[in-house]
Amino acid sequence: MREESFEIGGLKLKSRLFTGTGKYADDSVIPGVCEASGSQVITVALRRVDLESDTGNVMDFIPKDMQLLPNTSGARTAEEAVRIAKLARAMGCGNWIKIEVISDNKYLLPDGYETAKATEILAEDGFVVLPYVNADLYIARSLVDAGAAAVMPLGAPIGTNRGLKTKEMVRILIDEIDLPIIVDAGIGRPSEACEAMEMGADAVLVNTAIATASDPIMMARAFGQAVEAGRAAYLSGPGAKHSMAQASSPLTGFLSEG
Amino acid sequence: MSFYSICKELNEAPLDTIFASITEADVRRALAAPSCSREDFLALMSPAAVPLLEEMAQKASRLTQQHFGRTIHLFTPLYLSNYCSNHCVYCGFNAKNKIVRSQLELDQVEAEAKAIATTGLKHLLILTGESRKMATPEYLDQCMEILRKYFPSVSIEIYAMEEDEYAHLVEGGVDGLTIYQETYDEELYDKLHPKGPKKDFCFRLDAPERGCNAGMRVVNIGALLGLGDWRKDAVITGMHASYLMDKFPETDISVSLPRMRPHAGGWQPATIATDRDMVQIMLAYRIFRPRVGITVSTRENAAFRENILPLGVTKMSAGVSTKVGGHAVDDEDSVGQFDISDDRSVDEMCAMLRSRGFQPVFKDWEPIFDEAAGGV
Repeated sequence: MREESFEIGGLKLKSRLFTGTGKYADDSVIPGVCEASGSQVITVALRRVDLESDTGNVMDFIPKDMQLLPNTSGARTAEEAVRIAKLARAMGCGNWIKIEVISDNKYLLPDGYETAKATEILAEDGFVVLPYVNADLYIARSLVDAGAAAVMPLGAPIGTNRGLKTKEMVRILIDEIDLPIIVDAGIGRPSEACEAMEMGADAVLVNTAIATASDPIMMARAFGQAVEAGRAAYLSGPGAKHSMAQASSPLTGFLSEG
Repeated sequence: MSFYSICKELNEAPLDTIFASITEADVRRALAAPSCSREDFLALMSPAAVPLLEEMAQKASRLTQQHFGRTIHLFTPLYLSNYCSNHCVYCGFNAKNKIVRSQLELDQVEAEAKAIATTGLKHLLILTGESRKMATPEYLDQCMEILRKYFPSVSIEIYAMEEDEYAHLVEGGVDGLTIYQETYDEELYDKLHPKGPKKDFCFRLDAPERGCNAGMRVVNIGALLGLGDWRKDAVITGMHASYLMDKFPETDISVSLPRMRPHAGGWQPATIATDRDMVQIMLAYRIFRPRVGITVSTRENAAFRENILPLGVTKMSAGVSTKVGGHAVDDEDSVGQFDISDDRSVDEMCAMLRSRGFQPVFKDWEPIFDEAAGGV
């Protein structure tokens, strides 16, 4: 069995499910989601963080032992993403940053070119950079060169819950890119998270599917279990697929007897 | 090309005949379509859609939750001034109306900002009457210097400006523009605006586009429902929003659905948009453009605002006064622009939202415009 280790920015992680903080009806559900999912990394939009607020702040609900992954949601250019990242660090949110550069509000697809530019600047500045991008080999290679700590390709557009639509492209990234591949966006069902993990993704990030479930905590648990199952399946080396039925007791077995 | 050519075409189109030809089957097809075309939008706005409002509501609610979650973004308006140089026949601030006129001094602006900030709100909409002579661009600059200390996001609802003027305000920290066309019916617009700079239909119509070009992050448009045929105005508003979303994919486009309210001038609406009509418009907007922001103001009463929460709303005002000042500076003689129907405080609004399973969002933006404004 392959050695089971998962490390980003020098931090060893047991859980391969990253969660989010957006879209909840009530942020007070977040601790329960974290616990049920087993997740150790949680992303938060810096634009929603209000450290001065007396009336409740999303940060108050994030368990202290979670690795915070502030994101640059709202950034339309590399320059804006860099500013947000630096602001996040100045506010005490640490040096992990998820780069989101989006200038198309219809599909919310990430701008790969601007993302790579921001990644290079921030990695050089000591950030642990996790860029959210399209599942594209060339962009992924440029992120490797830029100093990214992982690559986060989308499974489908943000918030769509449409599943692993980019499966074949993600598979190429898993094969070709020597960085952790974390499938981010689009995963809507635990079975889809499981499938990504079975393929060999290093982790998945799930927000909308958990936050908009009728019972977010139960859904978080389901995702946690699905990610574990998918990882175990990947590590166990699943048997090959065949187009014809394969008898478990071959008819020509006698030829090797005696 | 500006939106004017589309607006003109829609004004000249036989919308009544088109609506009359739409069948329930057309509406069902529109509801089943994976994405909503312009023809589908017309079907959803037609009388034939009325019996299918529940189906529309189910779809709109799903889309809203998918794209925005169960969150409602709260803001409040701050009226800086009620001087006006226009003669809009339907507005309490009409230059001819004998009301007490005032404009906040800068120390009063600061007092108002402090009072609003104590409620926890972080998004502010500043409004003036449409007197450029009184609420000058320089005055707005001075107000912004004060307001950006308290609010990460400040939008404006003032007289229409040139693109470079909007760009200047963006540099000063303004990140949102609200400007209503009032009515998209050009002939009616001319009658309702007998005098004043606002009489220029096209300059007003193209203002949202100038705001987008100038770098406004959020642009909010709308028609004042009831001035003309509400269905026609709502359709053209939806088309205008769609046009802006396609042309400026980097800008957040929102629509408001203000209905005529009683006001000092006493002019009454030509048509009444009922609650059912309002719901149909909102559902059609959500299904047509699932990511469009939808704002509902305190023109609407508390019960209606609560009932429409799951249908598509993304932004609501709270703790509202339409008088100049009204939060810390309390001039008893001051008259509001219109009478509000929901005078609940911010705390009361939050309690209501939470009781209905929604999260009130106070802060949804971090200013990153420049170092002077607090960015890094």
